[in-house]
Amino acid sequence: MSQFVAYSLLKIVAVVLPLLGMVAYAVLLERKVSASIQDRVGPNRAAPPFVAAIPLIGPMLIRWGIFQPIADGLKFLLKEDYTPDHVRKTYFWLAPAIAMIPSLLTIAVIPFGSNLGTQKMVIADLNVGILYTFGIVSLGVYGIVLAGYAANSKYPFLGGIRSSAQMISYEIAMGMSVIPVFMIIGSLRLSDVITYQAQNGWLALPFVSPNQTASTYLLWPFTLLSFAIFVVAAFAETNRLPFDLPESETELVGGYHTEYSSLKFGLFFMGEYAAMIAVSAMMVVLFLGGWTMPFGGFDEPATTLWMGIAHIAIFLAKLIFLMVLFIWVRWMLPRFRYDQLMDLGWRRFIPLALANIVATAVVLWFRTA
Amino acid sequence: MIVKRRQLSFWERLYLPAIIGGFKVTLRHFFRKKLTMQYPEEKWTVPPGYRGAPYLVKNPEGRTKCVSCQLCEFVCPPKAIRITPPGPPGAPEVGNVEKAPNEFEIDMLRCIFCGYCQEVCPEEAIFLMKDYSLTGESRKEMVYNKEKLLALGGVHHDTIRKWEKKAVEAVEQGVRP
Repeated sequence: MSQFVAYSLLKIVAVVLPLLGMVAYAVLLERKVSASIQDRVGPNRAAPPFVAAIPLIGPMLIRWGIFQPIADGLKFLLKEDYTPDHVRKTYFWLAPAIAMIPSLLTIAVIPFGSNLGTQKMVIADLNVGILYTFGIVSLGVYGIVLAGYAANSKYPFLGGIRSSAQMISYEIAMGMSVIPVFMIIGSLRLSDVITYQAQNGWLALPFVSPNQTASTYLLWPFTLLSFAIFVVAAFAETNRLPFDLPESETELVGGYHTEYSSLKFGLFFMGEYAAMIAVSAMMVVLFLGGWTMPFGGFDEPATTLWMGIAHIAIFLAKLIFLMVLFIWVRWMLPRFRYDQLMDLGWRRFIPLALANIVATAVVLWFRTA
Repeated sequence: MIVKRRQLSFWERLYLPAIIGGFKVTLRHFFRKKLTMQYPEEKWTVPPGYRGAPYLVKNPEGRTKCVSCQLCEFVCPPKAIRITPPGPPGAPEVGNVEKAPNEFEIDMLRCIFCGYCQEVCPEEAIFLMKDYSLTGESRKEMVYNKEKLLALGGVHHDTIRKWEKKAVEAVEQGVRP
């Protein structure tokens, strides 16, 4: 028992700290990719004094902006933490924490690797993993709504209202889109989802699997549709363009975090990126095979230490690919109008997801019959 | 004018062509040559006719061209120029130039680089040059005095040479020996 507690605590530390680091470097990735798409070079100046002296590697790291997140983080820490006079103080202080915590909690059920030694690489392998995730994710909206309400001024208020409507609508589509996945697999445990995908091919891309069966191709259209709806809903859930209506700088100044400064704003900012990472991790686990790769024996749970590390690396590679996709799409599509957003959510995706559930059920029924 | 909206086809309404087009455009830009100029290391070439900071100039003989008529001080919209007129007596070798400024100050924090001073100057003594990045650590430091303005302005090789012609004319007319 005490060993379980010790290992769990170790895993929590080993996951949450790198996650915060990844959040910082996700910001750098965003800045660099955005810069490249706009024909710029992005941050390439931040240089701690001792690094510039290293020959060859030092200037290269500086050119890649590797030290920029440190500078950004310090800036957030050291800025004046200003609380405007007109805010509702309690909620004003509470909101940033509530915005940040759910995205960190979601990570708890994500299997980010197979095994290291005897330990499974997941903090909590719940048998209701996906229900837990959706329960926690739906808490994320409260941080934003509370921030909008606490700020007690019009732009954050509008941002909070938009956000609550948007996130609640797309959560429905998101939740419904994964139901076919669990109907096919027959388990809510996320490690079972990965085991199934290792044997039958990734749900979004079954043709990458070595042992393909007719039934995976039979179900492919439905899982692909699930994946498509999940991706779009994920963009809406994380307030990314083209669905960034809660923030929409051009209309609402900064949206729900207009009145925030310093580390409190930093928490919203980090929360947003942590949510992106969490939802990308969900996509990797549910649709892109988690830590598996369909060659070189990477689809079996690891028996050696190196294999375990390789599995974690595969998982991170897939995660980073999705993060780049998130950032890439930002410079591709203009923001939706509010009514278009609602129309897309309620009149397109929710009926589509419902039809998908029914269709999958029918196919599964015929398959067993 | 009312522009008729074209009815979108089903394929277009699926939103997918727009997404694919967006991927193509952004991917093309991703690998394009970057346009960023690394400013303090690289600098842009200032085009001719650029209106930078106004400086005073000397003529090829090294005489301060300004005669402290104060027209520029008068015309300056933000009142950035201040001239203290009774200057030192004119140099003996150009005896026909009577006046020079005692002190000539331009507050570069006030200057709006409009070029009115250059335009109004009857002596062609002040020019907007190519400096665009003026820095200082205090407000006082940003008030450029006569010595600084002259040093920065340098020598202007003009072709009119007004005062030499006037001297020749004066000799011809018998006003001067």
